Amino acid sequence: MKSKKRTIAEKIFDFHHIDTPSENIRVISLDAVFCHEITTPVAIADLETRGMDKVFDTSKIKVVIDHVSPAKDSKTAMQGKILREWVRKHKIQDFFDIGRNGVCHAIFPEKGFVRPGFAIIMGDSHTCTHGAFGAFAAGVGTTDLEVGILKGVCAFKKPESISVKITGALHEGVYAKDVILALIGKIGVNGATDRVIEFSGQVVDNMTMDQRMTLCNMAVEAGATSGICAPDRVTVDYLWKFIKDQYSNREEALKEFRRFAPDKGADYTDIINFDVSSLEPQVTFGYKPDQVKPVSEMGDVKIDQVYIGSCTNGRLEDLKIAASIIKGRKISDSVRAIVSPATPEIFSKSIENGIIKDFMDSGFCVTNPTCGACLGMSNGVLAHGEVCASTTNRNFNGRMGKGGMIHLMSPATAAASALTGKITNSKYYSAT
Amino acid sequence: MKNFTGKVLFLDKSDINTDEIIPAKYLTEITKKALKPYLLEDLVLDGFNAENDIKGKSVIITRDNFGCGSSREHAPWALEMNGFNLVIASGFARIFRQNMFNCGMMAVQLEEKIIDRIFNNCAGKETLVQTDLDSKIFAISTDDFSEEISFNISNFDFALVKAGGWVAYADQKY
Repeated sequence: MKSKKRTIAEKIFDFHHIDTPSENIRVISLDAVFCHEITTPVAIADLETRGMDKVFDTSKIKVVIDHVSPAKDSKTAMQGKILREWVRKHKIQDFFDIGRNGVCHAIFPEKGFVRPGFAIIMGDSHTCTHGAFGAFAAGVGTTDLEVGILKGVCAFKKPESISVKITGALHEGVYAKDVILALIGKIGVNGATDRVIEFSGQVVDNMTMDQRMTLCNMAVEAGATSGICAPDRVTVDYLWKFIKDQYSNREEALKEFRRFAPDKGADYTDIINFDVSSLEPQVTFGYKPDQVKPVSEMGDVKIDQVYIGSCTNGRLEDLKIAASIIKGRKISDSVRAIVSPATPEIFSKSIENGIIKDFMDSGFCVTNPTCGACLGMSNGVLAHGEVCASTTNRNFNGRMGKGGMIHLMSPATAAASALTGKITNSKYYSAT
Repeated sequence: MKNFTGKVLFLDKSDINTDEIIPAKYLTEITKKALKPYLLEDLVLDGFNAENDIKGKSVIITRDNFGCGSSREHAPWALEMNGFNLVIASGFARIFRQNMFNCGMMAVQLEEKIIDRIFNNCAGKETLVQTDLDSKIFAISTDDFSEEISFNISNFDFALVKAGGWVAYADQKY
């Protein structure tokens, strides 16, 4: 047993250590490599060209078509085709094609593929979402993905962590999305570059897994390699249906997972104490995710489109919160509103509990699960000069369509904004 | 090994993101070559015109947090297809930086004050960067100015550049 006090990321890196090719670089083994149809086909093509079309472990490769689904043109159809053929060729079991597919960072946790202590990569920057389970999960480029598929390893800088302790109590109408937006506003888009953000504190302890995923999802918007939350009873409860045969009871699972909890006295490059007691709903106002201010300071900002969905905020809890605000009310004549449940399971549950009907009755368009609109690919692209109130994670210039403006916000704020046609605090629309 | 010497494109802005380097709508392309015409298409920067300013250049010098945002390796590929194998900046987003070295390209960080000095001395003039990789020195010159600047990359980064990228390196070692 090492005597050095370690962060969560340090423990995971020690556990997965393969090589130290340079003083500050660690090559680690991977428990899972997630793949989607945008960044994987080029990796497959390169492996084929090199005569190395193999996978390190078919059971550790999880594949989804999610970014443009259904395919919108011949090119996206081809990306899907390449992925399907590759999956068949290598007999990869866990593949989610249209009808069973969902946004990657929603469906993979939902299927139980993420566990505390895991090291995971994907060719997608929001892979940091999975840190919510106490895993080290990082977005990588196609070459890292390619080597991950082939060898089951990836190289990272020796991890340094920032401790973000979130304390106080959230006001009604203030959510995980507001917390992470405010934090990014505080530390900037470069505030955590090359570091892991380790979230802790009472507010995080009280969060559900859906909320922790929202929190970790946007860690990369502050430059972080991964967001990470220590595994606890909430994690065990979420995972229990997948792990119940491996442990005699939840306490035993918790004990095992707590091996990856941070040590008291571990080294952090920074410790940020963030008291959220006075936090109001937050919204972005520019083209960078750190341009954030309270909704109350936005003034009259008219919107053309509302989008509720994505790997940040397309989960069941998000949809429930938004539905509770729009239920029995009509969206403004001046807006169009789109909701995309992030997975078929979320969609199906939302039908069962009636919230899909609530959305439709209020004037929302309900679309299938896909990343589509968030990155301006399909299902809700903006025209030049249009403004979108969005529950997604990036407000970059042109992101949802050239010349479009994106304001990032929580599902509650987006729902309230749909009712008024301008950015609106949900406190004026308590549940009916 | 790739070429790391050539004329400089100055981009005087921090936080240039991957959507600005190559917009997401082009991610449906499945060859690197197809990305060539779209490099920096959505970059809004005073005085910058992608059509005129990219041609003939092969080194980018820019400010902080270059390449933030998406993990898309299409960003380095779009650079590579336009002849850029070297970006020098006061800082990089992690994934972009790693993607560059993984492709056998270089993303080299210099201190902010050195980047400031280069901008002050060279921006707006025809500038050449000559790279001596083994000595880790950039020779930066214009008509009336020249300076040698030493840089630092890890042994691992150096090995990736020599090997031509991470796939070749990892295939030998793991």
